[in-house]
Amino acid sequence: MDIKEIIKPENLVYQKSEVLNDDIMHYCPGCSHGVVHKILAELIEEMGLQEKTIGIAPVGCAVFAYNYIDIDWQEAAHGRAPAVATGVARVNPDNFVFTYQGDGDLASIGAAEIMHACNRGENILVVFINNGIYGMTGGQMAPTTLEGMVTATTPYGRNVDLNGYPMKITNLIAQLPGTSYVTRQAVHTAATARKCKRSLKKAIQNVLDKKGTSFVEVVSTCNSGWKMSPVEANNWMEENMIPYYPLGDLKDSVKGEHSEN
Amino acid sequence: MAKVKGAVVVDKEGCKGCSLCVEACPHDVLALHKEVNSKGYHYSYMENPDACIGCANCGVVCPDTCITIYRAKAS
Repeated sequence: MDIKEIIKPENLVYQKSEVLNDDIMHYCPGCSHGVVHKILAELIEEMGLQEKTIGIAPVGCAVFAYNYIDIDWQEAAHGRAPAVATGVARVNPDNFVFTYQGDGDLASIGAAEIMHACNRGENILVVFINNGIYGMTGGQMAPTTLEGMVTATTPYGRNVDLNGYPMKITNLIAQLPGTSYVTRQAVHTAATARKCKRSLKKAIQNVLDKKGTSFVEVVSTCNSGWKMSPVEANNWMEENMIPYYPLGDLKDSVKGEHSEN
Repeated sequence: MAKVKGAVVVDKEGCKGCSLCVEACPHDVLALHKEVNSKGYHYSYMENPDACIGCANCGVVCPDTCITIYRAKAS
């Protein structure tokens, strides 16, 4: 069977989502951001939310997310995306509002905002990209940097006596009664990316059903910041990041209930 | 002989040569081309097209969404 016979519209099984723009992403080759953007765009298309969705872009590599996903966006100051999302979601209760934040944004400068937004149980989705480093500014240590991990500001590795311990902020958020669905996923293989898509779909549905804040952490790579090739970075993540940040659901209930963890 | 046959179409100019699709392919269909695109990246292509089953793993892991996949029953 010739390739040309297979390449026909009726045989199509996978193509770029209509919600994604044609702009070529500025992310480094192999960056997890691209996969998460794509999953979000596919879900927005599948669930028919393109006209209803308002995204809150962070400060960090994903600051240009508004150039790639064709929905309404609002840019927020560093770390303040959950505060902006609170306002947007309260004024527009019929819209689906989500924030898209990195670990330097959410776990460091924005730690107070995310804690209180989740504690209030705002009807928003928070997508948290955890790659253990400040990617955009040149690979400095983030709160989520692993112990012993070499970064631009910890050239001898993160020393817990000096720099503290890597923060499992998703576990802290799972303790808050305002959250409905808290999960940790990854997108480094096709299987984990498909699972992440199912989790994000459930999280979006929870927000639409007004069940409280949904929080999806995606353990990601930053191959440029880690000074590795994309494939090496994925392997390093699987060997080092995932044992410390194990994948799976941390909380799955409704607003007002405490986590079992 | 596989019952289904797939075909992968890579947007040459969109590909950044990260090789995640090459790793994700269970049948070693894809490889990086020795030539480069206008940005200087070795783009992904079907090196072994007969082995493709159209599982879409490459498309799912592609961060730049430059892969389109087709699948048909083998005649």
